[in-house]
Amino acid sequence: MGAGHAHKLYRHGHSPVHALPPHTKLAAVFAFVVVVVSTPREAMWAFGLYAVLLALVAYAARVPAGFLLKRLLIEVPFVAFAVLMPFVAEGERVEVLGMSLSVSGLWGAWNVLAKGTLGVAASVLLASTTELRELLLGLQRLKLPPLLVQIASFMIRYGDVITDEMRRMRIARESRGFEASGVRHWSVLAKTAGALFIRSYERGERVHLAMVSRGYAGSMPVIDEVTASRAQWSYALALPGTALVVCLLGWSL
Amino acid sequence: MHVPDGFIDAPTSVATGVVAAAAVAASLRGARRELDERTAPLAGLVAAFIFAVQMLNFPVAAGTSGHLLGGALAAILVGPYTGVLCVSVVLLMQGILFADGGLTALGVNITCMGIVTVVVAYALFRGLVKVLPRTRRSVTAASFVAALVSVPASALAFTALYAVGGTTDVSIGKVATAMVGVHILIGIGEAAITALTVGAVIAVRPDLVHGARDLRQRLKLLVNGELVDAPADEPTAAPVAARSPRKVWAAGLVASLVLAGFVSFYASASPDGLEKVAADNGIDKKVEEHAAADSPLADYGVKDITDARLSGGLAGVIGVGVTMVAGTGVFWAVRRRRTAEGADASDVSPASTSA
Amino acid sequence: MTFSLEVSGLAFAYPDGHQALFGVDFSVARGERVALLGPNGAGKTTLVLHLNGILTGGTGTVKVAGLPVGKQHMAEIRRRVGIVFQDPDDQLFMPTVREDVAFGPAAAGLKGPELEERVDRALDRVGMAEFKNRPPHHLSFGQRRRVAVATVLAMEPEILVLDEPSSNLDPASRRELADILRSLDVTVLMVTHDLPYALELCPRSLILSEGVIAADGRTGELLADDDLMRAHRLELPFGFDPRSVMGVPPREPSEAGSSVGEGA
Repeated sequence: MGAGHAHKLYRHGHSPVHALPPHTKLAAVFAFVVVVVSTPREAMWAFGLYAVLLALVAYAARVPAGFLLKRLLIEVPFVAFAVLMPFVAEGERVEVLGMSLSVSGLWGAWNVLAKGTLGVAASVLLASTTELRELLLGLQRLKLPPLLVQIASFMIRYGDVITDEMRRMRIARESRGFEASGVRHWSVLAKTAGALFIRSYERGERVHLAMVSRGYAGSMPVIDEVTASRAQWSYALALPGTALVVCLLGWSL
Repeated sequence: MHVPDGFIDAPTSVATGVVAAAAVAASLRGARRELDERTAPLAGLVAAFIFAVQMLNFPVAAGTSGHLLGGALAAILVGPYTGVLCVSVVLLMQGILFADGGLTALGVNITCMGIVTVVVAYALFRGLVKVLPRTRRSVTAASFVAALVSVPASALAFTALYAVGGTTDVSIGKVATAMVGVHILIGIGEAAITALTVGAVIAVRPDLVHGARDLRQRLKLLVNGELVDAPADEPTAAPVAARSPRKVWAAGLVASLVLAGFVSFYASASPDGLEKVAADNGIDKKVEEHAAADSPLADYGVKDITDARLSGGLAGVIGVGVTMVAGTGVFWAVRRRRTAEGADASDVSPASTSA
Repeated sequence: MTFSLEVSGLAFAYPDGHQALFGVDFSVARGERVALLGPNGAGKTTLVLHLNGILTGGTGTVKVAGLPVGKQHMAEIRRRVGIVFQDPDDQLFMPTVREDVAFGPAAAGLKGPELEERVDRALDRVGMAEFKNRPPHHLSFGQRRRVAVATVLAMEPEILVLDEPSSNLDPASRRELADILRSLDVTVLMVTHDLPYALELCPRSLILSEGVIAADGRTGELLADDDLMRAHRLELPFGFDPRSVMGVPPREPSEAGSSVGEGA
């Protein structure tokens, strides 16, 4: 493993998109996705334009198409689901290649596929141009409750430590000739999970001691704050802004 | 089963987002009451644990495997408030870092997988623990039932949202049947793993199982050759009583019974359809599970599609197999547990701060 | 003489009834480097957790630079006593090295350039300045331990308490850490069962055994006392003879001051 960074999607770079303050990017992506979801599915051309917008962002961020497309695979389960829709949905039906398909099901499948794909692509672009630390700062800046950001940041910090512990426990099991091969081994694996929980919890207690020892009294000191200029905001919001225009056109046309 | 963007329409997503935000806000307050200043590190570490344990593969048969969703486990181990927080943070991070689950569907995902799972599991668990005899076996059994019901309950919650804001007019009956059917199967696996894991924790550190804290025996100390009661724990370690605990338990039990009735109604309504959709939707389940191969964060983004082929008819087989083994497994584990009782008195961490 | 640390009559039992300390008395003068030796289960960690008030509720008193450890001065006590825990992963909980080192001073209210300067200075002292913006899990174990020391130094403590500082370090990292510790001008209490390390760094040692201080004296002499060592389950590594090292004069003779009087 040794990934360390806990963040496989991130691609180091110095593009203008990388340089934007994280909270502007988070806000932009979120607004973009909301606009996409609100677009009527009949306006097929609008989704094409959204895709073009994302492609422009990817180009500006120097994220290669292959990388982006590969990351889209996370959506595969829902493609399977979408494929089912025309078969199971109600209403008027059409014959396609000898199969009777529901019209609304086809629309539904298209809707989920188009919006889902755009959503994943937007998230992937965000994740591949923003470092973990930055994302957390961005969330903090966007006024997510500080406690929630702290929990997230501890989770990120110790995610690797704990998965690494889990890996060592697996190696220890396997070195002693244990290979989980079926349901009858669940109890052994569950013991691993239980031990992992205890270790995690105890580590949480020790981390708390270390924090208290350095003067923690319930709230994290603010060490870093990210700020964005008006120009940066308008640059970031260009994406959802344009998308909004497309969306409004989609409704009116 | 992370819901992507576009599945649920925008107004419903927003409304659910508000619900989720309110529940998370309430949990933040609740968790602070339970853990005070220890909330951030402890909830963070437990969230990391949930994240990690979702990567632990439980082999089922013929190269397939399942993994824990963790909502019920979190609820039982760390309590409902912290549980909701942990699962929500995991979902948030999965959405932002790995594009797993749509950003607009975050509210839906948190509501279904975080809040409903945790609340149903915890209410049912507490209800059962109150009703059953005060033994560790009851705790394990209660964990099993709580986890079993929590998964289809979450699926029902999703169905309800779909009924309100679904973007395709699939009949709600069909969605419910498919969702609940598949999730009962998943729920059986979840239940077995959760019960076994809770059992494993309770054997070593019973004090860490939040849901069973009041089952702890009063400690006896040997002082000058005489046994005396240990002084009560510091307030931080004491479970925080809900405002009207009995009401909560009663409500939880009733809700769970209603849910269970609803579930079985749909499950029995069209058994043939259930099997088919279960098998078809099994594709979805399988692919997701296999994506979580053993290298935890590393390969998160790449799904192992080839396994989709396998999944076709396996869901049904898995279901039957798991049901049988789970039953015997729990019984067996509980029996073994009794021999391991009271194992660890020396393993006390110095962490009960009074600072 | 001014004392950085005074412990008297300290006794403590855990809530489960397990008693770990049975009346501990010792004091550490300002500028001294003292090793606290003892077998596993002797109560070393319990004692350490009393020094900054994480554990309280037993009997006896702990004073840090004259200030009693108690609820009313907890913030000040925790600033004065810097504890470096055994597992640097527990100690380095922030996303980057810089933020981690800044945590303590920032919690004490430091901000802006003053904070930056404090962080840089602390990292400089442990030779980790160039790793400032790295996440802790990208560092080697030895580097993480050094950063852990920096996180505590940044608070400018009265006394530095190290729990098993040499554990899991390869010989080079071990020596680097020793050099760093020797270069610091703070009082050090080093809890360890790495006896050669204690001998190398600390002119004076305490032996904690079964919850009491069983011996207090010059490190070399304690280590050379075979009966004493055996009685407290302390063993020197194979082939290591403290007498052969004792011929070497202490590196900072002035610091041996407090332990004089015992056959020097």
